[in-house]
Amino acid sequence: MIPALANPDRFMAFSRWAAPLLGALAVLLLAAGLVLDFTAPPDDRQGYAVHIMFIHVPAAWMSLFVYACLGGASFFSLVFRHALARAAARAAAPLGAGVTAAALITGSLWGKPTWGAWWVWGDPRLTSVLVLFLLYTAYMALDAAIEDEARAAPATAILALVGLINLPIVHYSVVWWRSLHQGPSVLRAGGPSLPPVYLTPLLIMGLAYLTGFGALWLVRIRGEVWRRRAAVMAMRAAA
Amino acid sequence: MSFDFDAGKYAPYVWGAYAVSALILGGLVADTLARARRWRRAARPDASTETAP
Repeated sequence: MIPALANPDRFMAFSRWAAPLLGALAVLLLAAGLVLDFTAPPDDRQGYAVHIMFIHVPAAWMSLFVYACLGGASFFSLVFRHALARAAARAAAPLGAGVTAAALITGSLWGKPTWGAWWVWGDPRLTSVLVLFLLYTAYMALDAAIEDEARAAPATAILALVGLINLPIVHYSVVWWRSLHQGPSVLRAGGPSLPPVYLTPLLIMGLAYLTGFGALWLVRIRGEVWRRRAAVMAMRAAA
Repeated sequence: MSFDFDAGKYAPYVWGAYAVSALILGGLVADTLARARRWRRAARPDASTETAP
């Protein structure tokens, strides 16, 4: 499927119906997730603060997933010099920065009532996610700073690929080092430790964020394809 | 099944987190649609070169 979509015309035909479909699915899943979220009982230990989990955890999952997409697209852009892969990488960066910012801010708002602190410098999970956010912003800043596309594509791709090393650090930071942040409770050996009354809405919200990202990513890649076409048209008109 | 929107003493944190998430996600949706619309218009065959930012 991916080789077929590498053709820009085929990609545009596919994304024309796939993007609104994913967007509609995201809205339905978000509505279902929020219904289950606000009908779930307060947690024994965290009380009503548990509501924050349903928006913080999916944002944190997506911050890693989007970076993996950015890294994968950057690999294809660097190795095969594929224009659509470069467009996909460029389109993923602002979405990743957005969800990572959401994860950091909602995490801080969850940390204050549960840990008694908005932020703990030196905590491995918090610090590695902040580094992830800085990687996204560095990618966008580097991309904006280099006007020549032939130089911007490999430079940004190399930065994105180097940053991939941060993904296992974020995921395993709570296992490898002492952290205030709780350990994995869904993606862990032995299965999820959350009761179904919290696990079900959390997974539905995770799917809502995933399909929402899919829709926005496709639309942004379409925008990149149009941007390139507009640039070619402008060059031809100027020649 | 009944809704419970009470957040007790955690209300500022819970509603603050939902407001921030709504702002960021809503902003991403608006920015994505605006950019796509702008570039689609610029890439139309009848678009003049001046319309491309």
